[in-house]
Amino acid sequence: MHNKTIAEISRDLAAGEYSSVEITTELLSRVQQLDSEYNSFITVTAEQALAQARAADERRAAGNAEAWTGIPIAHKDIFCTNGVLTTCGSKMLSNFTAPYDATVIDKFNAAGAVSLGKLNMDEFAMGSSNESSFFGPVANPWDKERVPGGSSGGSAAAVAARLVPGATATDTGGSIRQPAALCGVTGLKPTYGRISRWGMIAYASSLDQAGTITRSAEDAALMLQIMAGFDARDSTCMNQAVPDYSASLNNSIEGMTIGLPAEYFRDDLSADMQQAVRNAIAEYEKMGAKVKEISLPNAHLAIPAYYIIAPAECSANLSRMDGVRFGYRCEDPQDIEDLYKRSRGEGFGGEVKRRIMVGAYALSAGFYDAYYKKAQQVRRLIKNDFAAALQEVDLIAGPVTPTPAFRRGEKTSDPVEMYLEDIFTIALNLAGLPGMSVPCGQVNGLPVGLQLIGNYFDEARLLNAAHQFQQATDWHLQKPADI
Amino acid sequence: MALDQQQVRDIADLARLQLDDNQITEYQKNLSNILDLVDQLSAVDTSAVEPLAHPLDAVQRLRADEVSESNQREHFQQCAPQTENGYYLVPRVVE
Amino acid sequence: MEWEVVIGLEIHAQLATKSKIFSGAATAYGAEANTQACAVDLGLPGVLPVFNEEALRMAVKFGLAIDAEIGHRSVFDRKNYFYPDLPKGYQTTQLHHPIVGKGHIEIELEDGSTRIINVTRAHLEEDAGKSVHEGFNGMTGIDLNRAGTPLIEIVSEPEMRNAKEAAAYFRKMHSIVTYLGICDGDLSQGSMRCDCNVSLRPKGQQEFGTRTEIKNVNSFRNVERAIEAEIERQMDILEDGGKIVQETRLYDADKNETRAMRSKEVANDYRYFPCPDLLPVIIDDEYVNNVRATLPELPTSKRERFVNDHGLSPVDAAVLASDRDLAHYFETAAKLVNDYKLAANWVQGDVSAALNRLEVSINELPVSAQQLGRILSLIKDNTLNNGGAKEVFTAMADGKGDDSLECIDTLVDSMGLKQVSDSGAIEAIVDQVLTDNPKLVEGYLATPEDKRAKAIGPFIGLTRKAAKGVNPQVVMDVLKKKLSELG
Repeated sequence: MHNKTIAEISRDLAAGEYSSVEITTELLSRVQQLDSEYNSFITVTAEQALAQARAADERRAAGNAEAWTGIPIAHKDIFCTNGVLTTCGSKMLSNFTAPYDATVIDKFNAAGAVSLGKLNMDEFAMGSSNESSFFGPVANPWDKERVPGGSSGGSAAAVAARLVPGATATDTGGSIRQPAALCGVTGLKPTYGRISRWGMIAYASSLDQAGTITRSAEDAALMLQIMAGFDARDSTCMNQAVPDYSASLNNSIEGMTIGLPAEYFRDDLSADMQQAVRNAIAEYEKMGAKVKEISLPNAHLAIPAYYIIAPAECSANLSRMDGVRFGYRCEDPQDIEDLYKRSRGEGFGGEVKRRIMVGAYALSAGFYDAYYKKAQQVRRLIKNDFAAALQEVDLIAGPVTPTPAFRRGEKTSDPVEMYLEDIFTIALNLAGLPGMSVPCGQVNGLPVGLQLIGNYFDEARLLNAAHQFQQATDWHLQKPADI
Repeated sequence: MALDQQQVRDIADLARLQLDDNQITEYQKNLSNILDLVDQLSAVDTSAVEPLAHPLDAVQRLRADEVSESNQREHFQQCAPQTENGYYLVPRVVE
Repeated sequence: MEWEVVIGLEIHAQLATKSKIFSGAATAYGAEANTQACAVDLGLPGVLPVFNEEALRMAVKFGLAIDAEIGHRSVFDRKNYFYPDLPKGYQTTQLHHPIVGKGHIEIELEDGSTRIINVTRAHLEEDAGKSVHEGFNGMTGIDLNRAGTPLIEIVSEPEMRNAKEAAAYFRKMHSIVTYLGICDGDLSQGSMRCDCNVSLRPKGQQEFGTRTEIKNVNSFRNVERAIEAEIERQMDILEDGGKIVQETRLYDADKNETRAMRSKEVANDYRYFPCPDLLPVIIDDEYVNNVRATLPELPTSKRERFVNDHGLSPVDAAVLASDRDLAHYFETAAKLVNDYKLAANWVQGDVSAALNRLEVSINELPVSAQQLGRILSLIKDNTLNNGGAKEVFTAMADGKGDDSLECIDTLVDSMGLKQVSDSGAIEAIVDQVLTDNPKLVEGYLATPEDKRAKAIGPFIGLTRKAAKGVNPQVVMDVLKKKLSELG
């Protein structure tokens, strides 16, 4: 039962193959038995999940079931859930029971979905290996010595380990696509503004976007269908029509033009990785797509621009974590400054403190123009590159990561080395475009992801292309040997 | 660009982060490395480029002036470190 | 050395919206602590701001009222600093692209002269909460009800040269925002607060001296006194060859002195940057014109109209036009009686006195503008003399009567105030007075012709005492006639 996708569970529940309580119980017991190995959950809400499952079954019995009624998933612990511990992977919020629901949570609740709990993540979504979580690292189900990627490492690992069929996640610089690639699952980062950020704890507000980690593009379409749409509580959430994402999955991609950025296929990508991605491109050509080489001349500036903009925004976003109204407060503060400095000094981990300090420095008097303004200008150049490319092609394809999953501890000594992990994913966030990571091969027995990038609010075409690839290949069906 | 220890202390103060002395050295090294990384930007000619603060060219939406929130003090203060008579408490602030 | 004083003011006015600038919590004053602080105001993790359209409209209205450039594209920035009453650790404000650009207002000085003071800019921002230092066993209590209340911060050019000008500027801004209905103007509740930047420089010197900022002064009188105290302090230091330290100070009204603030001593680096949770606010000419169409007549044009069309003195006109409600009261009464000068004298005299005595605002006065108009009309048609009118007015102010016009006539009757103009009746009273006071008559008749006009005074007094409400002009005529008959 645990191998079922969301689409399959939806059909099975409708057909009465099993009940929501049955599958929920099965998945909860898997979590209980196996998650000590993965550490993908921070909080398991078993009782609430079973209550939701029972309510779903009653609704079905009354003839009121809809597509999502009774389907179990889990949420990245960055989404506020009313009455449930919401930690964002930090000691700072290790005692924070959120007093309200994020819009994403609201929508899944309204659709009748069941939530098994809250998933591990890099602290405040800062990291590419899930090693910065206060709640400990997450193991990659393909090799438990290796990282699952980050920051949505818990989401990717839980889906790869078949603990849940799908999970919510967020992506600020690659935090959905990179862990999805390293765990061999399907990640979707929609257009900035496609999904409400209300209740999603902010890291870098102009880059953060909620999305999905699933085992198929078909499931990503189903999740996005629930999550997408206007929200009056988020000024940056766009009032754009939400198409039926499932309806276009089976469209032919014949004649679709796919652009390959020259900058994404250079020396920093190993021959093995190149080969896996090229094979996937060849698959698309077989399906009738046209391939065209394109250029994103400012691609190399994405990481430096990101490491100004994201830290600057986070330095302000995390100022509210001050030990006054919620969250961690240091023992016996001597005065207000002591309260601030020790609560924050003790409550935040090293990577978070580093980024806050970089941001504070970049914004400080005398440096604004050289750093922040410059980064915003480069951001425009990067956006313009994509805009020009997307005039010529329908989709852009390339690698997600420079390497498959690396070992725990391998990149923790130098933060910059960790930052380079996101070299192919970060530009997308700066431009606000939607992207996906689709399993497309293996290197040394570890999964490799293909990145697909679409135009603004064109998630339907992305999902269509990903689904067609998954109809023609079985990389997304591969799973770790012990599962 | 390399930061000296005093600069690291000043930034930590500005961001209200307590760091012990042995951490200062580590942050000095890491932050300097990060600044070296971002210094690549200085080579780019952006003189004619308008800064981009937000990925979409969208404009601010306006909310009608209506009171939509009701008192939830008890609920919100359940997660507070210290309160009294509905106030959040902090060590005495001198003005 | 002769010093020149340079003063610039930053006025914070709370906008009279129902809900907060970025949340749907109420802005009403005086609620129990933290009962009007929603998740957004508390800065809980994950919350987001959405901008209140009414705050925008009010700010634009203000900009138009001071002839300012309106920012067709304005941007919200984050101003970063840590303070317990600032929940997010930053204040959302507007640094580089404010909603209101350069404008100007005319201030009225005590001698009736006027001066133009330029406004640099006015921007929208959110208010902070309040810290309470008493009653928590040595700790500080934080109330965030005020957090997120919309403010407009109005920044003047450093063009004022003495404390009186500064107070006049604050008064005029108060008058403008209350006329516009965008701020309730209640200084005691902190609806308007003023930061005063004060510096001195040797007369004739171009560059400014080092300034200090006196924070949060909240009355017209204290603006004047605080600035005067600060000028004196700075002058003492400079005369002794000392240097002014650029710092933030507080005014202690009891001691009438300013003192340096202990907190915020560290030079702050606010690290402003555009708020990524809010998008640029774009407004077009049509929007601005629609707001312009809603502008009421403003104090300066009202004042000019009072002078030019109705013959009031510039000082009277300025006083009457300064307060929207008072001006409305005055003008309603003046129109009814069709005599602006008479109404002006009354509003500045008896009406003001009654307001002070009863400690009420003009809207709470038991005598309505219509009722005052009626009373004044009764003076005009000789039904009442001035003294009788005052008696009716005072009786009504003290709660006799109701809100009808009829009650005035009833009171005039019951108090026996109706003026006697019938000369037959007055002749009888005068005859009686003359009979009762033979010595006075004797004295009068002994007075030389050219001094008799003055000597008639006591008879008038006695006659009016004998009969309330007698028409003084008729009394005079009858007395003159009777006395001349006697010799």
